[in-house]
Amino acid sequence: MKREKQLLKGNYAIAQAAIEAGCQSYFGYPITPQSEIGEYMSEKMPELNRAYVAAESEVAAINMVLGAGSTGIKAMTSSSSCAVALMQEGLSFIAGDEIPCVLVSVMRGGPGLGYIYPSQGDYYQATKGGGNGDYKIVTYAPSSVQECVDLTYKCFYVSQKYRTPVCLLADGMIGQTMEPAVIGEYPYEEIDQSSWALDGAKDRKPRFLASIEREQEALRKRVVKLFEKYNKILENENIFEKYETEGAKLVITAFGSIARIAKAAVKKARKNGLKVGLFRPILVNPFPEKLVAEIAQKVDCILDIELNCGQMLQDIKASISSCASTIPVKFYGRPAGVMMTVEEIYKQIENVYKEIVEKKYGTACI
Amino acid sequence: MEQLVYKKPDSIKEDFKISFCPGCDHGNAVKLVAEVLDELGVREKTIGIASVGCSVFSYDFFNVDIVEAPHGRSMAVATGVKRSKPDKIVFTYQGDGDLASIGIGETIHAMTRGEKVTAICINNTTYGMTGGQAGPTTLIGQVTTTTTKGRKAELSGYPLKISEIFKEIDGTAYVARVTLDSPAAIMNAKKCIKKAFEAQIKGIGTGFVEILATCPTNWKMTPQEAHARVRGEMSEVFKPGVYKDKVSEAK
Repeated sequence: MKREKQLLKGNYAIAQAAIEAGCQSYFGYPITPQSEIGEYMSEKMPELNRAYVAAESEVAAINMVLGAGSTGIKAMTSSSSCAVALMQEGLSFIAGDEIPCVLVSVMRGGPGLGYIYPSQGDYYQATKGGGNGDYKIVTYAPSSVQECVDLTYKCFYVSQKYRTPVCLLADGMIGQTMEPAVIGEYPYEEIDQSSWALDGAKDRKPRFLASIEREQEALRKRVVKLFEKYNKILENENIFEKYETEGAKLVITAFGSIARIAKAAVKKARKNGLKVGLFRPILVNPFPEKLVAEIAQKVDCILDIELNCGQMLQDIKASISSCASTIPVKFYGRPAGVMMTVEEIYKQIENVYKEIVEKKYGTACI
Repeated sequence: MEQLVYKKPDSIKEDFKISFCPGCDHGNAVKLVAEVLDELGVREKTIGIASVGCSVFSYDFFNVDIVEAPHGRSMAVATGVKRSKPDKIVFTYQGDGDLASIGIGETIHAMTRGEKVTAICINNTTYGMTGGQAGPTTLIGQVTTTTTKGRKAELSGYPLKISEIFKEIDGTAYVARVTLDSPAAIMNAKKCIKKAFEAQIKGIGTGFVEILATCPTNWKMTPQEAHARVRGEMSEVFKPGVYKDKVSEAK
């Protein structure tokens, strides 16, 4: 693997990082805007004597991942929006079975078939899930090609360490963007899976991996254990970006590709003397409520920006109400179609700043 | 002098408790699969896939590693296991509702890819666990809780003949339909199950056995009447026999 900086497309960066991370089995079905991942894997995995299977559907793909993950190896699939919808049943089982695996979800526009434009419309799908029962899919959202690499590594590590499905939540813009990135070495320790993985009951009792639990108390305990795990992940594996939040009167919250554009708008605002910062959760599920609450206690307003009709917004609002803060939460967003520009976001910042901050402190604040 | 005439197979757990209804063929089917695993000496490297329905409880009986699949997805899960661990012996144990209805897509495509796995399907022409509703294999005229006047072709189509379909798939190496209604039939079923595992062990392709099985509880019959039904109207529609045998050809 080349270690120097190279011009890489987001989808290829994810695929190369997965191989570098030691992904042993890939199962997938084509869908734009992530088909390059499956194409790359179809060639490279057999070369490395690893498994690639062109699944007949996303339903089959996620269940192949379930089977592969049950043997303790690193397994993954990749897909998008209406096809990730088909995987929800399998994801619920995988979470309940406590099987490690990685799902790469490269969002496109919806609902239904929507279209291939970049979108953040599947924040709910990733973080609230469509599968049944009390569970979470741990989710990291990259905002650059380099982060596609680094977070793919993180996804494999967290999935193996905590025996849980982990989602890399990208979108069509990140998947299709070409920019310089480095495929570094996989930076995490290998986690021994031999205490639970299925490899044949030789010199030991047979193992049974399942979500079924026939005793009432055992079923309750199983779910409680899952949530203890999610708390640990939030405590130990949380990643986020804070930019110019110190002394800010207005903080922008955004994730993924939009956060990157918002950051450029924040830079411009700072240059013009507006006390504006950015908070970007990278781990979006479990959601870093406390961090948002801390920020809310120090600022006069939060402006949430997303390429959807306000999905992470609900997590932001819940975080703020958890600390009994009453600061206004403004939202700027729109469904998939036209990407936002720096100028457009800057105008929103300026408007909100005038409305809330200058009203409170007068123009002296600027 | 004591003489050992029968021994529980090693591939059946020591502390198992049979939870199937009296007269149900699941018990015999599980035993035959276990005996075959013993005889082939593969128990310690076998990974089973538990499906949904009465067959879900196979993990209570089989003394092997088992992973649970969502309803119908066993052959996809089996694919994932086998492709990741090609040296393991992988089998699914599914009902006809699981394999032939909700899971027919996963089953046909796994066979089309020629996955080196073995699938055992218990066909009792009904959804047993949920109380005897009509399924894809329900016979014309059969009374169930959702066909109270008997299955009518013009309303709900015809029984699906899976072995006849699977024999046409290039990736299958062995396809047979058996019954368990007499000692001779049971001996024959065991031979067929063994061949279906040999198809996998020899790397020829997918091995498949469809077992025509009783469901006295939902059929509202005595065990004897239920076996008579298997021999009679069920065997007339679903003809028992070996439909494909690339295992013997390979010898």
